[in-house]
Amino acid sequence: MNDYPKLLLTGIPDFHKIDVYLQNGGYDQYRKATQMQPDEVTTEVKKSGLRGRGGACFPTGLKWTFMPKGTGKPKYLCVNGDESEPGSFKDRQIFEFNPHQLFEGIMIAGYAMGITAAYIYIRGEYHTWINMLQSALEDAYKRGFVGDKMRETFSSQYKIDIYIHKGAGAYICGEETSQMNSIEGKRGYPRVKPPFPAQSGLWGMPTTVNNVETIATVPAIMKMGGEAYSKIGAPGHSGTLLFGVSGHIVKPGVYELPTGTLLEEIINEHCGGVRNGKKIKGVIPGGSSMPPLRGDEISGVRMDEESLKRHGTHIGTGGIIVMDEDTDMVRTALRIAHFYHHESCGQCTPCREGCGWMEKMLKRAYRGDITSKDLDMLVNISNNIEGNTICALGDAAAWAIRGFVTKFRDDFEKRIQSKRTFVAPNIVHGRRNSASTLVFESEVG
Amino acid sequence: MMLETNEIVFNEEELREIEKIKSKYPQTQAALMPVLWKAQEKFGWISEDVMQYIAELLQLPMAHVQGVASFYTMYHKKPAGRYHVQVCTNVSCLINGGDNLLNHACEKLGIPEGDVTSDGKFSLEEVECMGACGGAPMFAVNEDFYESSDICKFGNIIDSLQ
Repeated sequence: MNDYPKLLLTGIPDFHKIDVYLQNGGYDQYRKATQMQPDEVTTEVKKSGLRGRGGACFPTGLKWTFMPKGTGKPKYLCVNGDESEPGSFKDRQIFEFNPHQLFEGIMIAGYAMGITAAYIYIRGEYHTWINMLQSALEDAYKRGFVGDKMRETFSSQYKIDIYIHKGAGAYICGEETSQMNSIEGKRGYPRVKPPFPAQSGLWGMPTTVNNVETIATVPAIMKMGGEAYSKIGAPGHSGTLLFGVSGHIVKPGVYELPTGTLLEEIINEHCGGVRNGKKIKGVIPGGSSMPPLRGDEISGVRMDEESLKRHGTHIGTGGIIVMDEDTDMVRTALRIAHFYHHESCGQCTPCREGCGWMEKMLKRAYRGDITSKDLDMLVNISNNIEGNTICALGDAAAWAIRGFVTKFRDDFEKRIQSKRTFVAPNIVHGRRNSASTLVFESEVG
Repeated sequence: MMLETNEIVFNEEELREIEKIKSKYPQTQAALMPVLWKAQEKFGWISEDVMQYIAELLQLPMAHVQGVASFYTMYHKKPAGRYHVQVCTNVSCLINGGDNLLNHACEKLGIPEGDVTSDGKFSLEEVECMGACGGAPMFAVNEDFYESSDICKFGNIIDSLQ
């Protein structure tokens, strides 16, 4: 709990107001960027070691270099603020407390890649935050920091327009290609890759999709320099992260901390520990898609991608969910399976059907109507979903459910009853109105 | 066109706003989601007649409009109450009693999940994570979030709505 930089949630009162932002050096980093060559800006971001904050952890600078140059086609930036991953509520803080840094980041990223229009995609449920961001954006336009007037303001030839696109309740739209379809006014179906967005994205044009937090970090990198930024936090996954911590803890909330912070430190020191002094049964480290850790596994775990990978999970969106010893893991797994089944877009059979099967089986498990073999089958189903779908939603569902069943197998086994009930439709008398379903009971072998 | 009544139609000002929305995108089709939002705001829900109207307005096939409207859960495909109550039961809320809150909401409003009260005042929906996990359990009424809630807070908020 020592000194660590606050690059995104600065804590400065009224930082969301344009005047306060300007008093604190706002929009200076964009001015600095315009005095550099676009490629130099990208190089700076590469040097910083910044990796995407949306869950996939892809190196941001490298992603920017994929954008083709000199094609004469319009290029687009998609700023992903869909934030629908259960357990994530971090981008919301940026919309509320630091909107201008997000715009400045968009301008710098746009300048580096030669982009003329950016769409910030925000989930529909965030009406309040969309309004906040919209009003901040109007201020930025009025002051001539964005749009046509920015050429004059910054004495540079470059200009970018920023638009906000409101989603309407679809988890899948956080997936980059699905999001592009959604912006185009279509159903949010993920697209097959390749072609990747940098080749053919929004309206078939070169597009980069970056998370809100990633983009909002860019001005901070410009300010301190890529080299200095790369020294914050864990090697291989540098910088500060917005950890959204929820569950059975004393002080839930969003904490900006360097990567590589100990999970125990986050829970016990920053968040005040587990409520009522209970023990931890499990922790989901990065939003519901990421495999959980058991309470006895979290000691010494550091919160950065490389460390978590060694523990068989991922940083995801940094949405930490802490579950105490009384948590019903079967019920929790069932709720997660229900979520993925509900949110599957239905394009790929393994995900559409598989998530449904997993939900049905977990429903039975919850009732106690399950055998040990069924638990193996759950793992088997998840194995068959993973890697067999267009997008990562199927993988996410597979990781989560497999994680729960394997890590908390004891909890599932406890549900197994010695007798099992089978229900079958009454085929023989099926045509009669009085035909009732057949119920059998058998010992579980 | 099924427009016997003048009800499903945007006024001049709204049409101007729609033109402005269109100008944000290189293709008209992209205006569909914002226009559906606008329609929901004005007409309360997205009926087939509304879809038909929007299809003609944006010159899109009706099937496409229907496809988009039905894909996204936040567009109401049936009339919602004046106060649309949404209770989250996803992980963070669940482990903090979101299920109890939903059961209580059903009792308090006297309707099952997914239904509307007979006076059309309230509708109730179980929703997926709304991004307020730090304030779990949470519920929302129309656009307003009520975080760190409990049965007591829920009751107070509902009673205060006229």
